[in-house]
Amino acid sequence: MISPELFQQLIFYVFATFTVGSAMAVVTVKNTIYSALFLVLCFFNTAVLWMLIEAEFLAITLVLVYVGAVMVLFLFVVMMLDVKQAKASQLKQSYTKAALLIAAAMLVELMMLFAYKLSGQIPTDELIRQEAGYSNVAEVGMELFTHYVYPFEIAAVILLVAIVAAIMLTMRKREGNKQLDAAKQININPAERIRVVTMKAEKGQGQGEES
Amino acid sequence: MFNWSELVPALPELLVLSMACVVLIAGLFTERNKGGFIVFLSVITMVFAAILTLKDHVAGAQFTSELLFNETFVRDGFGDMLKVVVYLLMIGVFFYAKQYLRQQNNLQGEYFALLLFATLGIMVMISGYNFIALYLGLELLALSSYALVAYNRNNVKSNEAAMKYFILGALASGMLLYGMSLIYGAVGTLQLDQISQAIASQNNDMFLVLGLIFVIVGIGFKLGAAPFHMWVPDVYEGAPTATTLFIASAPKIAAFALAVRILGQSLDVLVIHWQSMLATLAIMSIIVGNLFALQQTNLKRLFAYSTISHIGFMLLGLVGGEQGIAASMFYIIVYTIMAIGGFGMIVLLSSKGYEADDIKDFKGLNQRNGWYAFLMLLLIASMAGFPPLIGFFSKLYVLKAVIDQGYIWLAVIALIFAVIGAFYYLRIIKVMYFEEPETDQAIDVGFDVKTVLSINALAQLGLLVVVPVLFQYCILVTQSL
Repeated sequence: MISPELFQQLIFYVFATFTVGSAMAVVTVKNTIYSALFLVLCFFNTAVLWMLIEAEFLAITLVLVYVGAVMVLFLFVVMMLDVKQAKASQLKQSYTKAALLIAAAMLVELMMLFAYKLSGQIPTDELIRQEAGYSNVAEVGMELFTHYVYPFEIAAVILLVAIVAAIMLTMRKREGNKQLDAAKQININPAERIRVVTMKAEKGQGQGEES
Repeated sequence: MFNWSELVPALPELLVLSMACVVLIAGLFTERNKGGFIVFLSVITMVFAAILTLKDHVAGAQFTSELLFNETFVRDGFGDMLKVVVYLLMIGVFFYAKQYLRQQNNLQGEYFALLLFATLGIMVMISGYNFIALYLGLELLALSSYALVAYNRNNVKSNEAAMKYFILGALASGMLLYGMSLIYGAVGTLQLDQISQAIASQNNDMFLVLGLIFVIVGIGFKLGAAPFHMWVPDVYEGAPTATTLFIASAPKIAAFALAVRILGQSLDVLVIHWQSMLATLAIMSIIVGNLFALQQTNLKRLFAYSTISHIGFMLLGLVGGEQGIAASMFYIIVYTIMAIGGFGMIVLLSSKGYEADDIKDFKGLNQRNGWYAFLMLLLIASMAGFPPLIGFFSKLYVLKAVIDQGYIWLAVIALIFAVIGAFYYLRIIKVMYFEEPETDQAIDVGFDVKTVLSINALAQLGLLVVVPVLFQYCILVTQSL
């Protein structure tokens, strides 16, 4: 029989492996669509990891916002842009050196971090387990609307500005727009609607100029 | 139980926010180019905000600081003084913007709503007492500014400027945020006063200095100080002139407040570290700004480089201790008043589809209209720092504070380059008075804009009467920080 702790660890390692694996796939896969889908997989796995540390709200937000909205948008853009698959030969030369340098720097940083942690200077506390019935969402909401109400409101104004700016910069009346104006349609009277044009009868297969 | 009276100190902010929304809605019901009512609403908002800000001081409550919203918001004399200056500047901006946008046949309500939102961002920054509030105010201001720069969306230059501004601005915000997070990691709090206390009680400087470097890079970007000045000329040139004169004025005050709040109020213990960094930025800005301005023929670019050198002077003041903060506060206030006047002149001379942003557009302005030439003379001479104009006194106070701190060499370098800089200012004056006009097109502006511009330029002389008083107030409010 597996103890609950062991079971939890098992879950953690399975999903952590998937997270790392899919994250690596995101950057190594050549097809952009696959790459985006792997990112979705990565988000799902991360959500489970958050679930394990009892951050249910974050987990659900991650799935709803990132998978549900951001990634769908991403896929839309990728599909609409018709991005050509980059050939391996083009990629090979250009950034290899810089990439290697950055990778090496990050490796050194990671090793330093591990060394620091192994030296025991960082306290590794156990997670505080909340009792059953504890609501993550309620707690986040309380903090947001009491302690952080001022930043929260400013963030709301920033969103409003973003909406206004986006609409202002993109909405335009194009020439030759076929959009119908409902008010005009209703207000029209028969005299304006029909115009009688007298014209000579045409022979042959020529088409009428106006109707 | 929530008590509504707690909100009273934040009334100016609430007013500006609600009026921004009102202007946004009113904009929907006004035709293009018929925006007189919108401008009226915006100006009235600023007037009432000024009344709300000043009424406590008139009643006698002097410069005590009040904390609000769980200590994320502070209302103090320093903030109130800067806010009042911002209101005045914004009134100028509204009038010039109306004139310019009417000319360009592009006046829409959203422009003024965005200006009001940007004003709100500036006010939030001035009153921020917490890193989150400061950062959000900065973003609110920045986001509105990006949109304002891109306002002429059919103009390639305007789009290019907006793109550059957006990318570099986002980078700067990232830097600032990274620095803030490092400092937070080291001290475990976001409150300005608590950060200061926490730093004083510990001696682990490494993380803090690293954070400080990023914060200064972020502030340097926002102020446009060399070597983080690359965006300034392009954005100033590409943006619609109405936006340029906004960017050149009120946001600089916000950036100054940000620098004082972060460096002076929370990282004050690290003063030895940031003093030398700011001195470097200041000297580089003064050198770069003045030397590059010499070669400009486009007036907007010229003013952009002149801004860089003025920002250098302002930063120099921050190096000069407590007196220095007051001196640089005085400097930034005076500079912003000169700057909107200078850009206001460009607006004045522009006509439909044509921007008078080249030095040759000012040729023979004296023959075309002696009064405007005189106003421009005042503004330019004040920027160059000729006595007895107010621009002279702002430089004087900064240099005095720097010398008092013992940095004589800094003052010497600053002075040498200020003299070099006088050349390009004098060239504009020469062009206006001693060259023949290329066009005899009448300068056609409304009475209101003419009045505002005249007041703006005559302030270079008129404020002389109150220079000592103004400076005393600067000292008073910076001491009470």
